[in-house]
Amino acid sequence: MRHVISLLLENEAGALSRVSGLFSARAYNIESLTVAPTEDPSLSRMTIVTSGSDDVIEQITKQLNKLIEVVKVVDLSEAAHVERELMLIKVRATGKDREELKRTADIFRGRIIDVTESSYVIELTGDSRKLDAFIEAIDRSLILETVRTGVCGVGRGDRILRL
Amino acid sequence: MVLTGAEIVIRCLQEEKIEHVFGYPGGAVLHIYDELFKQESVRHVLVRHEQAAVHAADAYARSTGRAGVALVTSGPGVTNAVTGIATAYMDSIPVVIISGQVPVPAIGQDAFQEVDTVGITRPCVKHNFLVKDVRDIAPTMKKAFYLAESGRPGPVLVDIPKDVTAARCEFRYPADISIRSYNPVVKGHQGQIRKALQLIFEAKRPMIYTGGGVTLADASEKLIRFAKSLGAPVTNTLMGLGGFPATDKLFVGMLGMHGTFEANMSMQYCDVLIAIGARFDDRVIGDPAHFGQVPRKIVHIDIDPSSISKRVKVDVPIVGDVGEVLDELNRMLDATAERPDAQAISDWWKQIDAWRTRDCLAYKNSDEIIKPQFVIQKLYEITKGEAFVTSDVGQHQMWAAQYYLFDKPRRWINSGGLGTMGVGIPYAMGVQLAHPGSPVAVVTGEASVQMCIQELSTCKQYRLPIKICNLNNRYLGMVRQWQQLFHGNRYSESYMDSLPDFAKLAEAYGHVGLRIDKPGDVEGALRESFKRKNELVFLDFQVDQTENVYPMVQGGKGLTEMILSSEDL
Ligand SMILES: Cc1ncc(C[n+]2csc(CCOP(=O)(O)OP(=O)(O)O)c2C)c(N)n1
Repeated sequence: MRHVISLLLENEAGALSRVSGLFSARAYNIESLTVAPTEDPSLSRMTIVTSGSDDVIEQITKQLNKLIEVVKVVDLSEAAHVERELMLIKVRATGKDREELKRTADIFRGRIIDVTESSYVIELTGDSRKLDAFIEAIDRSLILETVRTGVCGVGRGDRILRL
Repeated sequence: MVLTGAEIVIRCLQEEKIEHVFGYPGGAVLHIYDELFKQESVRHVLVRHEQAAVHAADAYARSTGRAGVALVTSGPGVTNAVTGIATAYMDSIPVVIISGQVPVPAIGQDAFQEVDTVGITRPCVKHNFLVKDVRDIAPTMKKAFYLAESGRPGPVLVDIPKDVTAARCEFRYPADISIRSYNPVVKGHQGQIRKALQLIFEAKRPMIYTGGGVTLADASEKLIRFAKSLGAPVTNTLMGLGGFPATDKLFVGMLGMHGTFEANMSMQYCDVLIAIGARFDDRVIGDPAHFGQVPRKIVHIDIDPSSISKRVKVDVPIVGDVGEVLDELNRMLDATAERPDAQAISDWWKQIDAWRTRDCLAYKNSDEIIKPQFVIQKLYEITKGEAFVTSDVGQHQMWAAQYYLFDKPRRWINSGGLGTMGVGIPYAMGVQLAHPGSPVAVVTGEASVQMCIQELSTCKQYRLPIKICNLNNRYLGMVRQWQQLFHGNRYSESYMDSLPDFAKLAEAYGHVGLRIDKPGDVEGALRESFKRKNELVFLDFQVDQTENVYPMVQGGKGLTEMILSSEDL
């Protein structure tokens, strides 16, 4: 089962490698991992998308909690939450493809943020399935580059992860 | 007071009341060594290889409960230390390792003797630090000792670049420390403890299974009280030996791969299992699916939540210090007359006593050739069971665990988790320095002992009168046993050829060396060597080459699928 695990950790050099090292040492999956400082500069917030049986997920959260620099861990997928991912996709846009790509981007509420004579960069946010769907919806041969941030997520309503 | 980083390191050790540091100098730690030279209270023990420095510090900790300290230089000093660090990590032993690093501006430049120490050691430490500012040394050292010794203990490494040890700042050792992201649970959850007790009262076949956690928590006395008030059988893991007295009638022996028949059977067929400071590892319960075939309820007490329900699902998890939880259980037991059904318990003991009659540790002794088990039995007799015994890794380790009956914790010192050959002598050094005047024996094999044999020189320098019992079977015995049993007698590279004359080798280092060939000479040689209170004696016992360790559960098999003797083959 896919899980979205969110953690607060000390914003210190090396903390990220402790987390990623844990995943590789214990052979856990990482589908995506994102991290950045929070409004409190001493803390970083990390979102990890992983998958595994209930037992594996239980171990992952316990092992993460055991890392000295990890302050708090929650499995967002245990309850209502929202997820977003950002994608920048550079596509070849010439001739009649230009119009077509613009239309598709509009349907997906994407924005064209860079235009040249022969290309667009389209910015798209949404959950991962929406981004996948966009890629499916356009002609593959037009894609020049895709860059995705990986998922970040937050619990709905009163579910708050903070100190 | 303004001090240099190196002075601060030493002052921190003094503040922590550290008496011994095991180490080896080199460029990156020269400032620290200079400060060591200028004072008396921290005694430095110069080992002959950094691996031994960490092992000795580790054994110091195992035998005393306080963190041991090792000091090594950058680059090869650190890489040599890694085996020692990983060994301590696997057995949750508090060790603080101080390593030198190249100067801060040189980091990342592939400088001479530079390695990414924090990176290399990250997976085998509880935590590590790179100290880039002299002002951080004191708080980091404080944190290092706190982390190493609290919660589930473990090794903590502090990497200090050379220029940081030369820089100066005001020194103040923090009185206490708190780390917001690290708050180990100490007290167990009341409700869970009550639930556990309810299960225990309903048990017809209760069983207490304890590991190294009882020793680490100094909870042996509490465990004894708990077990006695229930009258339940107790088994210990290899790491847990001594946590419950081996000579007590409630003790059914060690369990696991080379556990006793009665321990493994009671473990499998109990109806309520109380696991305390133990982690159901593969050498202990064998195949978890096989273990799971028999229904039983499990209570698991451990300070580390990640040890609970890792390999075996448990019914009542209790996270907490095992000493605190046992105290609470004992208090609740004192407050009630309720106990498990006496008739059921007595029937359970009848069953266990029937298993005991298999006499699974019996072996055929000989007048011609020395049996390794016999040496351990004699060692036990002559030291009246009161020696500290360190061991290396292999058959001799298992025989020591089976035939030396440990009645007290912290007396049996071995590498259970990592299974590191070579620990025997350095472990004995650490123990002897922590307990001068106490008898310390090393049980080893001719292969293991050669992995840190250079430490005979350290033993000479510091006059460590340890007694080394080399069970010399001219084989990598444990490897040979597996090859005999599971690889069609193909003894691939398990014969030890071109062995040194160990007695002469010991003499060359300035010690006493004895070679013992006949069973009739075993006792005399042991007595003689323990009389030599101030000398290291190397006893090279020429033992039966083909003896195997039984009982044995093959890796991956079920706990009760034991090979009891060569007749089962
Ligand atoms: C450093 C290391 N290398 C390899 C092994 C694998 N190993 C386990 S026991 C053993 C043989 C040990 O032989 P010896 O010390 O003579 O003891 P014996 O089994 O004969 O009593 C080996 C090679 C190990 N445990 N540690």
